This record gives sequence, structure tokens and C-alpha cells, in this order.
Amino acid sequence: MNSELIKKIFLPLVVFIFIIQIWAGISNIVEDFPTPSDTYVAAFGGVNSEGDEIVGVLTDPFYVENQDDKGLFWQILESLKRVFAGFVLAIIVGVPVGLFVGMSKNAQYALNPFIQIFKPVSPLAWLPLLLFIFQDINMTAISTIFITSIWPIIINTSLGVKNVSEDYMNVAKVLRFSPMEKITQIILPVSVPYIFTGMRLSLGIAWLVIVAAEMLTGGIGIGFWIWDEYNNLNYHNIIIGIIVVGLIGFLLDIIMGKIADYFDYTKKGRA
Amino acid sequence: MSKFLSLENIEKRFPIPGKEDYVAVTDVNLEIKENEIISIIGHSGCGKSTLLNMISGLDAQTQGAILLENKHVQGPGPERAVVFQNHSLLPWLTVYKNIEMAVKKVMPELNAKALKERVEKFINMVNLDHAKDKLPDEISGGMKQRVGIARALSIKPKVLLMDEPFGALDSLTRANLQEHLMRIQQNVKNTVVIITHDIDEAVLLSDRVIMMTNGPDATIGEILDVNLERPRNRVELQHDPEYIRCREAILSFLYEKFAKDDE
Repeated sequence: MNSELIKKIFLPLVVFIFIIQIWAGISNIVEDFPTPSDTYVAAFGGVNSEGDEIVGVLTDPFYVENQDDKGLFWQILESLKRVFAGFVLAIIVGVPVGLFVGMSKNAQYALNPFIQIFKPVSPLAWLPLLLFIFQDINMTAISTIFITSIWPIIINTSLGVKNVSEDYMNVAKVLRFSPMEKITQIILPVSVPYIFTGMRLSLGIAWLVIVAAEMLTGGIGIGFWIWDEYNNLNYHNIIIGIIVVGLIGFLLDIIMGKIADYFDYTKKGRA
Repeated sequence: MSKFLSLENIEKRFPIPGKEDYVAVTDVNLEIKENEIISIIGHSGCGKSTLLNMISGLDAQTQGAILLENKHVQGPGPERAVVFQNHSLLPWLTVYKNIEMAVKKVMPELNAKALKERVEKFINMVNLDHAKDKLPDEISGGMKQRVGIARALSIKPKVLLMDEPFGALDSLTRANLQEHLMRIQQNVKNTVVIITHDIDEAVLLSDRVIMMTNGPDATIGEILDVNLERPRNRVELQHDPEYIRCREAILSFLYEKFAKDDE
């Protein structure tokens, strides 16, 4: 093992111990705040500080008690389904719109003000309006994700198109490419790395949004689960929920990054 | 020989808001014969690249006509292939794919086998068989430009237009590419228009050298016939009276008659 690798493992460990110490300190001060050890037991099972035998939420994430009481796995799965539905919808609409904005100055002039205005709007502001329109939990969550995660895709796609060098377009002109051939053979390959950067940002936003959306819509999902555990006074599960949400978000980002690298011609990942 | 490529009264003016138009080139008349190699030489800003862009159709003249085999040139097209100064290879495609893309588009009638043969023939013509599966970023500047030449020739153009093709290369690489070009020309006759600011390059490669006056209102100042046998050898030419005469004629044109103070 080289020293670089040791540092990469050792240094985060130091920070981890530090965080646990602070956490333990907080649970001493704040009444009913779960201790690190109780939270560990709540997650992985065992006997807690009050002497109760507990089955951890992560030991049995697949249980189904009834329609309203399901294991953590099912909650996460439901959230991921909504995230992907909204995310895919955002790609399907965002990429063509981005191409359009990038290729046409007029489209840019027409749409840019609205992109800039809607981009910073919080998902929580959209939620009541969309809930009112759809009156349905799934549709509301998906449409909220769609409308908040589409902006980075549009902006980055159009940025990619603007990055197409005049030289490449001259090659296309000499070869008399049709507009469609220009898009598929020149514009898309140049824009793909940008599009994927947008998609990565967008997926990050989608995962942020889902927790907030599910807290308000209720039913099932990791966001709802966290809120539900708050109502049930299971504070340790909130902390577990936060860690799980963080880990999944991190995982999604890594996967998206790998996919992006695969399609990026500037990184030699291709055969 | 009949008219092949002719430029008639070409003028290019650029409108400048609030001011009088800038006339880059004016009154250009030129006849280029089939299989002839001509160089257009002049100081920077003489509109020689503008002239080439108008022949390629990437830019439109504001007056006059450009005719190729008695047909008006309108817009760019593969029969007037361009070798760009910065090679303009698509960086996400390999050497092979860069050429294949062009051949596929211009000759859609070729079947898979004929397509492969044609692409490989032109890769071989510029001696790049060993690099055909490399990406442009993985090969040297000179090799990139050779791919650019192979790509331009592979689509069987009537005219090959080269915009300072070797301008961005060091002098040894440049000499190497000039040799490549002469060797290719020896085997496959092409009509070639080269934009250059290199006197030796112009004399070495061309049958005629077109000398441009300085802009604005640039036009053809003199036309020089280079009466040198082919194949030409750059070392032997150094003492050839005709070569020396041509060099001197261009030197005198560029530095005595139309000297330009660089800004």
C-alpha cells in the first residue's frame, strides 16, 4: 500500500470519529436525541441502551407488513422510480429544447429570460401548484422533479451546441450535410459531454427534490418515511434516513459520472 | 484547353455599420486550367483567404461570378474540397472514420467493401496505415494535416482548395508535407489552389503563382509562370536559374513593389 492510499483511508476515518464525538455531545445536551450507539442498533439490530431487543431497519429492509408499512428498500425503490421518471422526462424534453436554443439565436432570445426566471424557483414552490393540478402523489412528485431538473439540461446542452467550432461546421457544409446530419454527426458528438454534465447536475437536483416532495405528498417513499419516523418519534431513523439518502445520492452521481465519461470523446474510454 | 475554373470580376465588400464598406478584394479575374496547381501569395490582409472562401462557396462574393466547368458556384460542395489550415478533423472520430464519414456522404452508392477499399487507399496514399485507428489528438500536427489532405482527396473533388495548409507546421514537417503533396500530384492529377505566404512553397509546388496586391481593394498584381520540370527536387532547385528567377520575381513584388509595414 502506498502512503497516498493510507491517507485516503486514514484521514476520513479521523473525521468520522470526530463527527461521532460531536454527535454524542449533542445527544448529551439535547433531550431524546438518539446516541450514535442507539442509532447503530436501530439500523443494524441488537439491544439498545434501554435494554430492548430491536430488529434494525437496515437488517430487514424488504419486509411488507401492509400497504402503509413497508421496509426501507421499498421506500427507496419508490423514490428512485419517481426520480427516474421525472429525470428521463426532463432529458426527453430538455435535450431537444437545449439543441434548439443552442442552434438558433432567435430561440435563445425568446426562451432565455424564462429559463433564467424558472431555474432558481424552489421545488417547494412548484409543489402546491402541481398537487392542485394533478391531485395525485406520483404525478405531483414526478412533475416537480421534471420541472426543477430540466433547467441544467437545457442550459448545458445549449452551451455544448455553442461550443461547436466553426471549422467543424465548414466541414459539414463542404460535404453538404443535411440539417439532421449536422445534428447527429457534428453537433451531438461535441455536445454530449456538456449534455451529460447537465444530466449529472439534474439527477442531483432530482434526488434533492424527491425527499422534500414526498414529505409533503405522503404515501410511500424515502422522504415520506423520514417524515413519518419524525411523527412516530423515531428520531434515530431520521438520522439513518439522512445517511441512506446521502449514500444513494453519492452512488447515483458516481454512476452518472461513469456513464458521462463513457460518452465523452475527450476521455479515452471508448473502443 | 477549355475553361475549367474561372473567376470573373470578383469583388468582396464587407459592410461596416456607420462607415463606408470595406472592399477586401476587387476586380479579380483568373482562369485556372484543369490539373493546374496555382498558388495565391500576398501579405496578410490581402484577401487571399477571402478569395479561397469564395471559390469554396463558404463565403459569397458581392460581385462577379465563379464558374467551374461553366457552372456557377453557389454555396459549398464536395466537388471543391477544402484542406483547412487547422486540419478540422473531427476529434471524436479515428483517422479512418474521419475519411469514411466524408466518402460515405459523397459516394453513398459504394457498398461496404468498396467503401473500405477507398478509405484505405487514401490512408495509404498519405502513408498513415499505421495510424488509421488513432484519434486526431493522438497523432502529430503533420499527420493530422495529411489526414486532412487524404479526406479532401477521397471525395474525388474537381478542385482541391488549400488554405495555408502547412502554415501551422514547423519548417521540417512542412517540407515533408510538400513532398507528400508533390508525390500524390505526380500519381493522381488534381487541380489545386494553394493559399500561402511562403515564397519557396509557392515556387516549389505551383505551375503559376498569383501575386496579390495589398488590401483594401486588393487585386491580382502579377502572375508568374513557373517553368520547372516535374518531379521537382528542392535541393537541386536551389541552384536552378529558373527557380532563382521565380523567387526573385516574387520577392521583388512582395518587398519592393508592394512592401507592407507590419503593424
